[in-house]
Amino acid sequence: MDAVVKTSGTERALADQFAAALPRLPGGKAVAAMRTRALENFACDGLPHRRIEDWKYTDLRALMREVLPPAAAPDKAALDRAAKALERHGLEGVRRLVLVDGVFVPALSDVAALEGGLTIRSLASVLADETVHELLLSDDAGAGPMFALNSALMADGLVIDILKDASPARPLHIVHVASGSAPASAYTRSLVRIGANVSATLVESFFAADGAQNYQVNDATMIAVGDGARLDHVRLMEDGREAFNIATLKSVLGRDAAYKIFNLTAGGAVSRYQGVVRFDGQGSRLETYGVNLLNETQHGDTTLVVDHAVPHCASREVFRAVIDDRARSVFQGRIIVRPDAQKTDGKMETRALLLSDEAEVDNKPELEIFADDVTCGHGATAGALDESLLFYLRARGLPEKDAQALLIQAFVGEAIEQIADDRLREAATNAAIRWLEARAS
Amino acid sequence: MPLLEVRNLHVRVEDDGNEILHGLSLTVNKGEVHAIMGPNGSGKSTLSHVLAGKPGYEVTSGEVLFEGEDIFAMEPDERAAKGLFLAFQYPVEIPGVATMNFLRTALNAQRKARGEEEISTPDFLKKVRKVADSLNIPQDMLRRGVNVGFSGGEKKRNEVLQMALFEPKLCILDEMDSGLDIDALRIAADGVNALRSKGRAMIVITHYQRLLNYIVPDHVHVMSKGRVVKSGGKDLALELEASGYAQFEEQAA
Ligand SMILES: Nc1ncnc2c1ncn2[C@@H]1O[C@H](COP(=O)(O)OP(=O)(O)O)[C@@H](O)[C@H]1O
Ligand SMILES: [Mg+2]
Repeated sequence: MDAVVKTSGTERALADQFAAALPRLPGGKAVAAMRTRALENFACDGLPHRRIEDWKYTDLRALMREVLPPAAAPDKAALDRAAKALERHGLEGVRRLVLVDGVFVPALSDVAALEGGLTIRSLASVLADETVHELLLSDDAGAGPMFALNSALMADGLVIDILKDASPARPLHIVHVASGSAPASAYTRSLVRIGANVSATLVESFFAADGAQNYQVNDATMIAVGDGARLDHVRLMEDGREAFNIATLKSVLGRDAAYKIFNLTAGGAVSRYQGVVRFDGQGSRLETYGVNLLNETQHGDTTLVVDHAVPHCASREVFRAVIDDRARSVFQGRIIVRPDAQKTDGKMETRALLLSDEAEVDNKPELEIFADDVTCGHGATAGALDESLLFYLRARGLPEKDAQALLIQAFVGEAIEQIADDRLREAATNAAIRWLEARAS
Repeated sequence: MPLLEVRNLHVRVEDDGNEILHGLSLTVNKGEVHAIMGPNGSGKSTLSHVLAGKPGYEVTSGEVLFEGEDIFAMEPDERAAKGLFLAFQYPVEIPGVATMNFLRTALNAQRKARGEEEISTPDFLKKVRKVADSLNIPQDMLRRGVNVGFSGGEKKRNEVLQMALFEPKLCILDEMDSGLDIDALRIAADGVNALRSKGRAMIVITHYQRLLNYIVPDHVHVMSKGRVVKSGGKDLALELEASGYAQFEEQAA
């Protein structure tokens, strides 16, 4: 049959990039076979575009004129630039694990004196191992084209295992730094498995060294939270203003688990944070808090699927977007309640603050409910800053931008204050302040 | 030079084009306390808003000079930094902005605009504590969001607290007595009286004479239908209390 397979230049370029990269990519035969299957999956549809329902508001085919070639391993100069950026964006009191241009750099990381029960390996070394975990071998055709591309080209990342009852003493901080050596793509994947009854904190940061401009991040993070475990997951995306950041999160929760996600998107030209969180065990609770801070022509998409596959679980989604100039913020939230998942309690709430007439917000909540004894709901509002509050602040001496900044901070503060760890809450606040200061200047 | 000079001010509401102030004039010198009295709807709050720079009003003619400078050439925050303070009739609630943080940000913004250094943390805390104590404002109120969950009296005291902290040259108090019981009124009025000084002037807007027993004015103006229709000394307030506003309403019509 003469199928309507239209390959654009981008998809052809990707096929060439893949062929060139495959021999250097980590992994044995099984991994290479999976990569090839994944690229075929990607090639079926190619870059997602607006006629694909899930990508209706984020037409990558239109937004992403070219897919940059995979990044080379960072050289000395790149590492020096990354180290400098780390001084600015690094966090105190965490175990830092640094990826520069998508490559794990032990010299910039803190892997000494690991707590008992904690194992940290690079993805590259795990893929090279014969006994590579099945999770990494799944090409997962259902997860969409950008995840397929990640499966095909993933070069490095972190594989973190925490044994049962072995709560780490410090938060684990995965840092993605773009060095800006050359326009390139970084394909990273990390796997975090948290044993039963563990209480842990995971932080992910994305940022660029000075002068890094045109680069693309395609990241995937896979998380398993064990029975009775608790994971606080904080993600701060402050990539450069010309960068693309397409990231996939896949998390599975065991029984009586507590998982809290906070994501802040303040960087990137175009970004999408797409997640699927699945409840596999009863009695678990998920809380997700999202903040988008977007201006100029930034495009930020958060797409989250919460899959209640079992009964007696609760999920909360709170999303705040601040949109200025001609920026566009997208929130797609889907709650699936499977037929067995009685007593599900799922709610999502989104609020957008529009700072200009040309700012755009797209909000698509979806409830797919197949059980009858559930409480689910969603609510959404969008509006401008309250004029009477602005005037009160200005009458007290605050210039317009400062008055706006104070109100914007209060608005996103409702999400930020949910971060339990003091230092991480401060880090998220500082990221928001950096965005506000850049806006005011 | 007068501190404030309002000359033949005409103001209308931008939305509906209705003129509210029809040629209002008023001169306030340093050290003076002026009371503006008038029935509801006579334009008292409109005057206070226009002086502070609230958007939504259009000045169609007349002028206002603050220390000789055209006030309408200044943004609301510039007016504040230059020493104009409006204690609002209805102070707004600002959830998520802690009062302490707000006070400090505002004070430093004013200082910065005047080319002064930021206040140090210990100095700031000392200053706030002193003023708060004198106004019976507990510290935990300052940790809450600005005016969030405050009673009417607490909101008004919070306005006086800001006034004391910012040390403005001109204080405009819009219906400071509304919603206050006698004890709350006395505390707030004591706070205001403590700020009376040679270098500072006040415009006390009120509907009732009662407040003027506590804050005794040097001059009293009667406002009706967007104009000052009579001016006099403090006895004018007592006269009004006895005879009511009716005579002036006819006069203005
Ligand atoms: N923003 C506005 N829009 C429409 N009408 C207004 C506005 N502000 C004031 N007014 C009208 O102007 C008149 C004077 O109001 P105001 O200044 O509040 O009087 P006062 O404070 O003396 O009671 C009233 O008739 C009021 O309805
Ligand atoms: Mg009034």
